[in-house]
Amino acid sequence: MRKVAIVSAASRQEEKMLDNEVELMVPLISKVREETGLDQTEIGFTCSGSSDFLAGQAFSFVMTLDAVGPVPPISESHVEMDGAWALYETWVKFQMGVIDTALVYSYGKPSPGSLQDVLSTQLDPYYVAPLWPDAHAIAALQARHLLEKEEISLQHLADCAVRAGTVENHEEYYEQQILADPLRPADCPTYADGGVAMILAAEGKAEELCEKPAWITGIDHRIDTHHFGARNLSTIPSAKKAAEKAGVHKADIDLAEIHTAYTVHDVLLRKELNLPLNPEKSSKNHPIKAETLMASGLLRIAEAARAIWDQEANRTLAHATSGPLMQQNLMCVLSGEKE
Amino acid sequence: MNPEERLSAPIVLEYPFTRTTGPVIGAFMTGLREKIILGIKRDDGTVLVPPTEYDPVTSKALTEMVEVGQTGEVTTWTWVENPRDQSPWDSPHALAMILLDGSDTPFLHAVLVEEPDHMKTGMRVSIKWKKETEGHIQDIEGFVPEKENHA
Repeated sequence: MRKVAIVSAASRQEEKMLDNEVELMVPLISKVREETGLDQTEIGFTCSGSSDFLAGQAFSFVMTLDAVGPVPPISESHVEMDGAWALYETWVKFQMGVIDTALVYSYGKPSPGSLQDVLSTQLDPYYVAPLWPDAHAIAALQARHLLEKEEISLQHLADCAVRAGTVENHEEYYEQQILADPLRPADCPTYADGGVAMILAAEGKAEELCEKPAWITGIDHRIDTHHFGARNLSTIPSAKKAAEKAGVHKADIDLAEIHTAYTVHDVLLRKELNLPLNPEKSSKNHPIKAETLMASGLLRIAEAARAIWDQEANRTLAHATSGPLMQQNLMCVLSGEKE
Repeated sequence: MNPEERLSAPIVLEYPFTRTTGPVIGAFMTGLREKIILGIKRDDGTVLVPPTEYDPVTSKALTEMVEVGQTGEVTTWTWVENPRDQSPWDSPHALAMILLDGSDTPFLHAVLVEEPDHMKTGMRVSIKWKKETEGHIQDIEGFVPEKENHA
């Protein structure tokens, strides 16, 4: 496989942003281009991730291309998914040998509308969506299953909430009123507007653009069925499979940036991947505190790369998820060494 | 600028196409109209409810539809204290995964009880149909505790 590295990233998240999507992305895209000294004509491929459902408009990503500057014409693609999957498409493009540099970005701006409605419309259109369950209720179904089977405990959830910073301590957690039985507000995400931009480069170019490139040594994504009842709520087969294919466990992981917007998902995924439940190094910016549809996954990859640039870690894992009950999962292993 | 002077137009998010539900989902929907629940047999003999045209795990095409029971067991649940505007239910209710007798996969629907204390994993519930059915998942008004429905 061709060696590809992340050489620059910029991000922004706020609970309620007044800027529109273009105004949000211009400074981020400009920053990564300035940091690497590349102008748009020197970037082989541009790929983005966003949600038309969130924007309430078909092909909404075309408008956001104004933030890139698509003249003279650029080679460009888009996924109606988290930017982590735009990064995957870009990685495949690198493997095809047709590019040496790429710009990947993604964004989501849920504040003007109702994100819960958007998430409901993405459920099975015949069997589930007409019942309008919200995302918290669906996470709660899995939480009760895991708690009653004693596969996780309330203590696990409280620990995770403290680690994520949604509460100060256990007392505060247990005092909270139930939001979506058995979940408390501290178990559920606060939604944020936000975006991420990053530059990727292939071996030979990456070393010129970055002092310590974060090399992608493994990347894979898998999906489970959308049929809730056909899934065993105790496990996440797609996450395990993606981790195996990405070689997550070939060596120690110094830092895991996992995209889990609920405490119950955090605990379950850590168990599934044999990651420590109370890690020494933990994300500075847990998605439970700021979850941005379409950007949180790519942001995890940016944070995992940053840890390598800053020499806080040498081998990191970034995870992205999408869909109800963590239906789709992507694993990306980054390393300071090319391996 | 005075907010009332701002130029504005409504955005209506719509899906202006018609779809057919196909031989399997269509049969299930027709079943609902007739007040029966249909599942589909998988290669291993288990029954998938609600049915899909393919096996969600092996992707094999499935064709053999079978009727399942109208009573079953709650496998997990949550409580909805404040139903959303679009919700088919106006009052607080449970959302639950319900495993119908004769089926091997639970499916999502409401359990209509007054408070969460009346809910318990493993409880037996049965379908309460709407008076008028039209071939829609909302033909099921919800599930109620088994004894209550017989009363």
